[in-house]
Amino acid sequence: MSRADVMPERHGVRDDELEAEALRHWLAKTWDAPKGLVGALSSVDHKVIARRYLITAFVFLCLGGLNAVAMRVQLSGPERGLIGPDLYNQLFTMHGITMMFLFAVPIMQATGIYLVPLMVGTRNIAFPRLTAFSYWIYVSGGIFAWVSFALNIGPDVGWFGYVPLSGPEFGPGKRADVWAQMITYTEVSSLAVAVATIVTVFKQRAPGMSLDRIPLYVWAMLVTSFVIVFAMPAVMIASTFLILDRLVGTHIFNPVEGGDALLFQHLFWFFGHPEVYIIFLPATGMVSMIIPAFARRPVFGYLPLVLALISVGILSFGLWVHHMFTTGLPKLGASFFTASSMLIAIPNGLQIFCWLATLWEGRPILKTPLLFVLGFFFIFVAGGLTGVMLASVPLDLQVHDTYFVVAHFHYVLIGGAVFPLLGATYFWFPKLTGRMMSERLGRWHFWLAFVGFNAAFFPMHIVGLWGMPRRVYTYPVELGWGNINLFITAGALLFFFSFVLFTINLILSARNGKPAGDNPWDAGTLEWATSSPPPSYNFTKIPVVTHAEPLWAERWALPVAEGLRVDARELLISSVAEAHPEVREKSAAPSIWPFPAALAVGGTFIGSIFTPWAVVWGSVPIAITLVGWFWPKDVPEDVE
Amino acid sequence: MKVLARVGLTSCAGFLTGCSGVQSALDPHGPAGEELARLIWSFTALCTVIWLMVMGVLAVALVRRRRQAADPLETDVQSEHAASRAVLMAVVATGLVLVCLTVLSFFANRTLAGIGADAELTIEVTGYQWWWAVRYENSEPSRIVTTANEIHIPSGEPVRLVLKSQDVIHSFWVPALHGKLDLVPGVVNTLTLQADRNGTYRGQCAEYCGAQHAHMGVLVIAQPRVEFDAWYEAQLQNAAEPSSELARQGRDLFLNRPCVMCHKVQGTVAASNAGPELTHVASRKTLAAGTLSMSRGNLAAWIADPQSIKPGTRMPTMNLTGDELNAIVAYVETLK
Repeated sequence: MSRADVMPERHGVRDDELEAEALRHWLAKTWDAPKGLVGALSSVDHKVIARRYLITAFVFLCLGGLNAVAMRVQLSGPERGLIGPDLYNQLFTMHGITMMFLFAVPIMQATGIYLVPLMVGTRNIAFPRLTAFSYWIYVSGGIFAWVSFALNIGPDVGWFGYVPLSGPEFGPGKRADVWAQMITYTEVSSLAVAVATIVTVFKQRAPGMSLDRIPLYVWAMLVTSFVIVFAMPAVMIASTFLILDRLVGTHIFNPVEGGDALLFQHLFWFFGHPEVYIIFLPATGMVSMIIPAFARRPVFGYLPLVLALISVGILSFGLWVHHMFTTGLPKLGASFFTASSMLIAIPNGLQIFCWLATLWEGRPILKTPLLFVLGFFFIFVAGGLTGVMLASVPLDLQVHDTYFVVAHFHYVLIGGAVFPLLGATYFWFPKLTGRMMSERLGRWHFWLAFVGFNAAFFPMHIVGLWGMPRRVYTYPVELGWGNINLFITAGALLFFFSFVLFTINLILSARNGKPAGDNPWDAGTLEWATSSPPPSYNFTKIPVVTHAEPLWAERWALPVAEGLRVDARELLISSVAEAHPEVREKSAAPSIWPFPAALAVGGTFIGSIFTPWAVVWGSVPIAITLVGWFWPKDVPEDVE
Repeated sequence: MKVLARVGLTSCAGFLTGCSGVQSALDPHGPAGEELARLIWSFTALCTVIWLMVMGVLAVALVRRRRQAADPLETDVQSEHAASRAVLMAVVATGLVLVCLTVLSFFANRTLAGIGADAELTIEVTGYQWWWAVRYENSEPSRIVTTANEIHIPSGEPVRLVLKSQDVIHSFWVPALHGKLDLVPGVVNTLTLQADRNGTYRGQCAEYCGAQHAHMGVLVIAQPRVEFDAWYEAQLQNAAEPSSELARQGRDLFLNRPCVMCHKVQGTVAASNAGPELTHVASRKTLAAGTLSMSRGNLAAWIADPQSIKPGTRMPTMNLTGDELNAIVAYVETLK
């Protein structure tokens, strides 16, 4: 039956036949999360899930930060006996995996879970149950790793878990297994969110939001999600092979039996380098949103910025070997990776230039979010330039695995991702809570963080060139690294203290911050078109987009699309390129099943540390929970 | 002003190179190290200039005067065009700088590859958790020298290092002489080392290799050819017969205790390769892979309780009595 044959019958209550008050009432009734504990565990509201994600990731940030403080105290002087090698090696491993897998990637994805549906003007994320599932997987993976650490079986193989050190012969006990399975947890959860994000961006954009009107942050999350989809399977193979070597007795990485230790590094870094961009690209999206709002003009070079995002996403898969320049690879091959690593500086440079042009052509207002973006420029550009140094094979031979590299990637990850993230927190906090953050505390926070960061990490470049390798729990007196390390520790403590101030600001502002209103910064994108915090249904009526900055183009009244049912969870599905409305589709209702499904999957992961049979027996509860999850509902779907 | 600048520069340079010359990439003592230091400085200089330029533009962008406009969508077509041209030029300039850096890097790599193609001496260095086995190759088996944690080389001559690993991945790195190269099980890597000046150059493992990664140091001692030859001949000798009664007791204890399970003392029945060779251990400058300097006190402390000095080391604590310890230390001290 084609559309021309019959006019679809009008079912249910539609949003075009109700007064404003009644409409909000209906929408709230349909979309509000159920009450009680079961209701809370069943919630599929992207904002609720994202909030949980954000808070959890913040807790892990604090824990990872405490790891760092402990390490810095141990390193504050030569031959200090505060922390022994066994604990220290667990500390730097936990710091790495916590910051990478439990803080940076999840918090970037969580921000996307919150903001992407709002920015594209839809009522919920695609696959909301999958998103809920991913949160439960993520939080149980994090708890698993930290409980292991508390029980003194925390991983001690570094965040990269190289074989043979993590293999069956040299990694006795369960520590390396904890590492491998923690990786598996986070792979599953981030893949799930990546898929949901891609589908939301492709199919749920508000009518009129053609590809050239998608906010740059949404573009960044889209590219990031694709990078996740292609990168994560590589590390999944690495960690699974490792588990097989350890548990089943395969010899995939054992050179004595014809395996290959370097294969692990290739698999790991094929994921590991894109991982950096999984963290960095969302941050560039944040920068691209904050700068226009405070420079009071649209971003300069929208198209080049989109192309830069896409090319960084693609190029990020071509540089993994620069993490392996010292393994003795053939010279010609290594030189190719010098060129490709240098190449990625071009799209990254292009982004920087476009942002500079936006500020140059705009009328910048120095509020805290923009301050953090300026800090981002200062630190990230330096980190990018040291990255260019690392791309050179011969230069890398001297600085690889030294504190120079530690300095470099903290400049890139903290400068390139955390500073924009902090700016984004000050920027979107009013949307999440309905209250402004304190500007005064914000400025204090910025300056402390900025000075503390540079004091802690700049000297690391120098001590690295002086010959100090990474991952050492102590160093001899004679080498003269004591004073500079003491200075670094002081800087690190200052940096840590800035986060204490940040936490205070968060708590105080959430309680008694100034009420924000819908659009406190007078920004141009759709998330500011709804109330702060947004209602469960996001928008009373789906907006129609006529411009890349819809709120600036349609200052007085946003045009809206009508005809969605309000007595059912209906979304508008639109075409990929032009965002023409195509069908009305029901969004999944709250369900308790993702929670037990995540427990079943997590239980299987933990069990498989001890016996391969866990995979067999674990599949039974997983199957049961999935049957419950996907139990057919007798409602028609996809109404045109 | 000029004087001030000069003082600033020299103290800065002193700060950058002076403090830890013995293991610093900025204080090179061989052709490879020098080439690498040059490369580091030229990259640093270029990158600093670029960073300053970007920051300059940012600063001007923030403070420059401009007319006010109420509507954020109102943009000036002409100045947008100018900005487009500027961005385009900046991208082209970035590309050119990158090409320049890539070419610099390629040439440096070629220079490194060309050093010491004619090396006569080949030394096999094998990584163990957490020490280095060193073996001087020779076509005559009786002239092969084995030692540990200390590599003697003739200055001014290139020496080929063959790098292997017995357990996990390690990385050999003596910053003053050359960049690092990994020791990967199942892989054989070669590195050419050359020191232009006599001296002792410290290095340490640069790839995380487990509990005592921090205490896996190595010394490269460059000496004139004559001294090197003399050292080599001395290393070929069997361990000297202990002269004192105490040392003889010590030797007997050594040979009847678990020591022989791991160590080799040439000229005795101790012949295991699991731990560092001890035939001439007392002639070395350090103990336990650079963990302690060689002295009677440190030797006694190490043998009495290695686990508290280097927790996790493969050497067990052996519960010796004071007399036994004294005797063994006296014996090991004779192993010059």
